[in-house]
Amino acid sequence: MSHDHAHAGHADDHHHGPVQLSDGFGKWILRWITTTNHKDLGTLYLLLSCTMFLIGGLMSLVIRAELWMPGLQFVDPEFFNQMTTLHALVMIFGGVMPGFVGLANWMVPMQVGAGDLALPRVNNWGFWILPFAFTMLLSGLFMDSGAPAGGWTMYPPLVLQTGSSFPMLIFAVHLMGISSITGAINVVVTILNMRAPGMTLLKLPLFSWTWLVTGYLLIATMPVLAGAVTMLLTDKYFATSFFSAAGGGDPVMFQHIFWFFGHPEVYILILPAFGVISTIIPTFARKRLFGYDSMVYAVASIAFLSFIVWAHHMFTVGMPLAGELFFMFATMLIAVPTGVKVFNWIATMWRGAMTFETPMLFAIAFVFLFTIGGFSGLMLAIAPADFQYHDTYFVVAHFHYVLVPGAVFAIIAAVYYWIPKWTGVMYNETLGKLHFWLSAIFINVLFFPQHFIGLAGMQRRVPDYALAFADVNEWSSIGAFGFFVAQFLMLYNFARCVWFRGGMQKATARVWEGAHGLEWTVPSPAPYHTFEVPPVLPPDESTVVWDEADEVVTGNKG
Amino acid sequence: MSSHATPDRTKYFVPEPSWYPFALTAGLVAVIIGVWGYLEDKHVGLVPVLAGVAVAISIIWMWMYRVSHESEGGFYGPQVDRTFRWGMSWFIFSEVAFFGAFFGALYYARQLSLPWLAGEGAEQSTNALLWPGFENVWPSNGPGAIGGDFETIPEWGIPFLNTVLLITSSFTVTWAHHALKEGKRQACIAWMIVTVLLGATFLYYQVGEYAEAYSELNLTLGSGIYGSTFFMLTGFHGMHVTLGTLMLIIITGRLISGHFKPDYHFGFEGVAWYWHFVDVVWIGLFTFVYVL
Amino acid sequence: MSMMKGGLRLALIAALLASGAAHGVAYEPGHWNMPVGVTEMSRTVFGLHMLIFWVCVGIAVLVFGAMFYSVFAHRKSRHPKPADFHESTAVEIAWTVVPFVILVLMAIPAAGTLVKMEDMRGSEVSIKVTGFQWKWQYEYLDQGVSFYSTLHADSNRARQLHSGIDPNSVPNYLLEVDNRLVVPTGKKLRFLITANDVIHAWWVPDLAVKKDAIPGFVNEMWAIVETPGIYRGVCAELCGRDHGFMPIVVEAVEPAKYEQWLAARKAGQPTDIGHGPARSDVAAASNVASDAVAAVPAQASSEPAAPAAASADGEKVYNAQCAACHQPTGKGMPPSFPALVGSAIVNGPAAAHIQHTLKGKNLMPPFARLSDADIAAAVTHERTSWGNQGGAVTAEQVRAQRGK
Ligand code: HEA
Ligand code: HEA
Ligand code: CUA
Ligand SMILES: [Cu+2]
Repeated sequence: MSHDHAHAGHADDHHHGPVQLSDGFGKWILRWITTTNHKDLGTLYLLLSCTMFLIGGLMSLVIRAELWMPGLQFVDPEFFNQMTTLHALVMIFGGVMPGFVGLANWMVPMQVGAGDLALPRVNNWGFWILPFAFTMLLSGLFMDSGAPAGGWTMYPPLVLQTGSSFPMLIFAVHLMGISSITGAINVVVTILNMRAPGMTLLKLPLFSWTWLVTGYLLIATMPVLAGAVTMLLTDKYFATSFFSAAGGGDPVMFQHIFWFFGHPEVYILILPAFGVISTIIPTFARKRLFGYDSMVYAVASIAFLSFIVWAHHMFTVGMPLAGELFFMFATMLIAVPTGVKVFNWIATMWRGAMTFETPMLFAIAFVFLFTIGGFSGLMLAIAPADFQYHDTYFVVAHFHYVLVPGAVFAIIAAVYYWIPKWTGVMYNETLGKLHFWLSAIFINVLFFPQHFIGLAGMQRRVPDYALAFADVNEWSSIGAFGFFVAQFLMLYNFARCVWFRGGMQKATARVWEGAHGLEWTVPSPAPYHTFEVPPVLPPDESTVVWDEADEVVTGNKG
Repeated sequence: MSSHATPDRTKYFVPEPSWYPFALTAGLVAVIIGVWGYLEDKHVGLVPVLAGVAVAISIIWMWMYRVSHESEGGFYGPQVDRTFRWGMSWFIFSEVAFFGAFFGALYYARQLSLPWLAGEGAEQSTNALLWPGFENVWPSNGPGAIGGDFETIPEWGIPFLNTVLLITSSFTVTWAHHALKEGKRQACIAWMIVTVLLGATFLYYQVGEYAEAYSELNLTLGSGIYGSTFFMLTGFHGMHVTLGTLMLIIITGRLISGHFKPDYHFGFEGVAWYWHFVDVVWIGLFTFVYVL
Repeated sequence: MSMMKGGLRLALIAALLASGAAHGVAYEPGHWNMPVGVTEMSRTVFGLHMLIFWVCVGIAVLVFGAMFYSVFAHRKSRHPKPADFHESTAVEIAWTVVPFVILVLMAIPAAGTLVKMEDMRGSEVSIKVTGFQWKWQYEYLDQGVSFYSTLHADSNRARQLHSGIDPNSVPNYLLEVDNRLVVPTGKKLRFLITANDVIHAWWVPDLAVKKDAIPGFVNEMWAIVETPGIYRGVCAELCGRDHGFMPIVVEAVEPAKYEQWLAARKAGQPTDIGHGPARSDVAAASNVASDAVAAVPAQASSEPAAPAAASADGEKVYNAQCAACHQPTGKGMPPSFPALVGSAIVNGPAAAHIQHTLKGKNLMPPFARLSDADIAAAVTHERTSWGNQGGAVTAEQVRAQRGK
């Protein structure tokens, strides 16, 4: 997303504008490789995320094509498993996480009134690791022995049967871990250390709040994943026995370590989404967020609880009874703070003056569909019932409801919401609405029926199935192709904002009538450097979060 | 790279574009390709590893050099200083989590998997059907006696000595810090040298211990769960000590060339924190790996 | 409009689920809910499932009702001036406490069920279930009866990539095996579950039992089947390439019939209980489904490590054990499954070939569990077919390679 600096008047900026393509291709490439600017890096993260979403989406289409009908039509079962494995890893580590890091890069400094992230060079490092890491992850597809096929959960001993791509899988996970940790430290430190004077923690916009907590979860759990996969590596190549009973270890030990990371990880994927939704709904309801404090406490409680529920992914491994009971109860508890968030969102809409621009549509769909995913999560938490649900399409339906109309819709909503600020032009609203409706319909055609086949007995991670499941799988596959194709409307819309702006409507600084927060006090497009000198916020309570007079309180343009 | 104009300490320091991070990653990836080739018999040779290490080390060197010059050049205001403090704290926290995974594995093996294999709890059948006769004793290389009979390293010999060395070094680095704060540069440098020597001695003994384990005791990475946890925990700790010692050496070098001020020396403190962290991990190791 | 959509859908689901609630056998076409099953436990679990489901539906109606009402009534065109409340301690406490209470009410029956499930006491029949890539082994403890159970040959042929066979023409596609697990009704069955290579999971929905089969550990669970019948299930933990193709079929029979079957099995006599239908290509020859015919593809593996019963017919062993990956033609499916035709290992030294077979590599599981004679036969088949020139190997050569 380029920034047209020739026109943006900010004479006080002593830096030169960023290098443009017109300054020479080599220089322009070098700009992106060497940049330390949070907006540049945010853009890079978002582009990477988009690319990965498309790759992961294509893989999911291979899956859905094979599952369209019973019998094997297109791919070998081994390749199918590779697709399932890579689809999940690419979507989670390549799509959603970089997507949210990209949003944090762009928005956190602007929301807290900082000139950049705290450690800009490290920020660059965190990003540029990722293209390498994903090349390594996908390199298995070009090796004779194939890509990893043991599922994204990488359970041993199965994953130890992976061929030459195994070290690449492990090292790719290590690199992603380094990237996430550096990214998280950057965001956390920015929020803790670089808030503009007067921005107390309880005035922090919720997107930044959720990122603060997410960052904490990342720093605490990514190293644990790194440790777990390191043990896989030594078990395969250096004769250790962590996950082998003969040597005194236990394959299930891996699952405990993995899910100690893995469960917080799923909240890493959803907390920033909560932040996005908590930002968008008040804007379009033109009403202050209901229960700001309880929102913050809810996020913190979810994060805390997320560390003590991991074994709900392992109810069938044969844990002692006490363990099963504990993890069941703890998991159920998470419904309480999450419920508080859902109720707060609805209370925010309540007696507001709502309009339904594309970001708001996606936000409402989020509340609706994420909650459905939450309900199925709650059902899964009931251990005796999970014995029936576990490893079926009911689980697949659960997590896609929280991940796709949850996390992915939130990213999409956020991009619609902030892209006018980034590019200075409004996206095409009609196209946006069309994109929304197609997405909302197809996503349900895609995933809702999966609940039923799961309950009726279809297990996960299979390329072929019993005849009873034929119809439902066909609908699901139709939904998948429809959903995927619909995304190109969005990509076209965004591409016009970024590159082909002819005829696009210019955006104002405030963009949305009901928008609040420091990011709306700078012009659109946001200049390359914002808030180099921190804005000073008046000390009374209601400035950043809510501005009664509907006026820009701080005039600093950086 | 051209250096900056004049420091403007009213603004938060944002470095100019830098190619270090990208080059560092490229170096790391070259190393990975080399290691991959070694593990999977792909015959990629030593070139990627050597080239990668060379690139990575020179980049880290240049990067640190640059940071120290930015610091000495007065580009870092107090807010940047706080950033480093926060950043280092969170980094150490992530390291704690990393070690947590391995301590967790040790805990799991000793408290859960070995007792289960021996038929405790609800797992009588595991023992009766699969591993009859296996008893839960520690140290253990499992019911398959993987790696064959082995002996362990007596904890009150070298490990205890190493504990003393590391704890002492935590004190000496603190004394160095006090000396720095009081402006006694010579004393500070002296204490730093002592710290480095203590760290190096620790490593010397550790290497000796490994050699003995492999050659005399038949205790190897392949000695079942005991060997796995023992070498992974002490091994990763050893790597951290190595890294810490190198950083202490660099800091000592900077002290000798006149860097740091009595009231402004986070580079020093960061390394000291790291050193204390390594020390604390060792105390955990000594307790759980050697003694208990 | 949106509100109606949500409401309609909920009504639809509710209707669907209610219609399924009356009866329920897993994998029955058109049945879209969890099966009620045939054990007391399975009914309890089903009840629990429906309970949580309706609780969630209830909460959903309230929550989504409020939301869509607001979307409808509090849009700017109808409600131009937003209210300005933004907190209410009372309301916030209420919607923290009420869900909590609901959760506690759900947790109580759930915990009770869990405790019952874990109570292994008083079991009458113990069966050890071992997962292999990709088949199950059943051992009746203290009875000396054990056999393997693999995907039925008809399904196996139809499920190959580009098989040209319409799965719809195969009865119980992917849900039939050669040798079924035969159990008595009305007795407390105890399943001891483990695995040989990687983690599998043994799941029969109608019995509401699912447990992971973990190499090196034994998990236990129990069931009392009330009605005779055939209950189908699948491996529910990803275990490699053919994870989708290792079904489970439980044939529950009256205790008397069970004893009869057990006796026949011990004596090595044919019985009409406990195996899948004849393979369709030989069905014409005999529909008396005798052991000899039905068990052909898996016979070699039925009596593991028993040299006396080992088949000398290398092709049969090969087809049962190796052909799923390397194909009956020996051409494999590169890149994952290398061709044996002209392969360096197959045409190279016999020792290396035997080692490879015993230990496996990457995706290939180890086959050390087969008898020396079976391995020798299969290896010989590979080395002397399809133009390969490796030469025959003997059972002695295999024995010599074991443990190396
Ligand atoms: C964004 C990701 C995300 C989120 C947010 C969640 C949220 C939840 N998840 Fe989910 N989950 C996954 C991603 C996610 N999950 C993934 C990826 C897997 C599979 C991994 C794999 O195996 O590959 C999985 C699997 C999974 C399992 C294991 C299933 C199995 O394998 O057998 C379980 C079991 O307990 C579970 C439970 C829950 C619960 C209780 C929540 C709760 O947080 C939900 C809370 C929300 C609500 C309940 C709705 C709103 C609340 C109200 C309106 C209040 C009132 C409600 C009541 C009182 C009922 N999840
Ligand atoms: C975030 C995670 C995520 C996302 C987005 C998706 C998206 C999709 N998933 Fe998947 N999936 C998983 C995570 C995810 N999935 C996981 C964890 C598993 C388990 C794997 C395992 O068992 O090991 C799984 C497994 C899984 C299965 C089961 C496979 C099996 O068991 O064998 C299936 C089958 O239908 C499936 C289908 C789909 C489909 C059709 C989509 C479609 O929604 C895809 C459509 C495309 C998009 C969503 C991209 C659109 C977005 C953009 C174009 C980007 C916009 C970006 C910006 C503007 C910055 N997925
Ligand atoms: Cu066996 Cu899946
Ligand atoms: Cu979870």
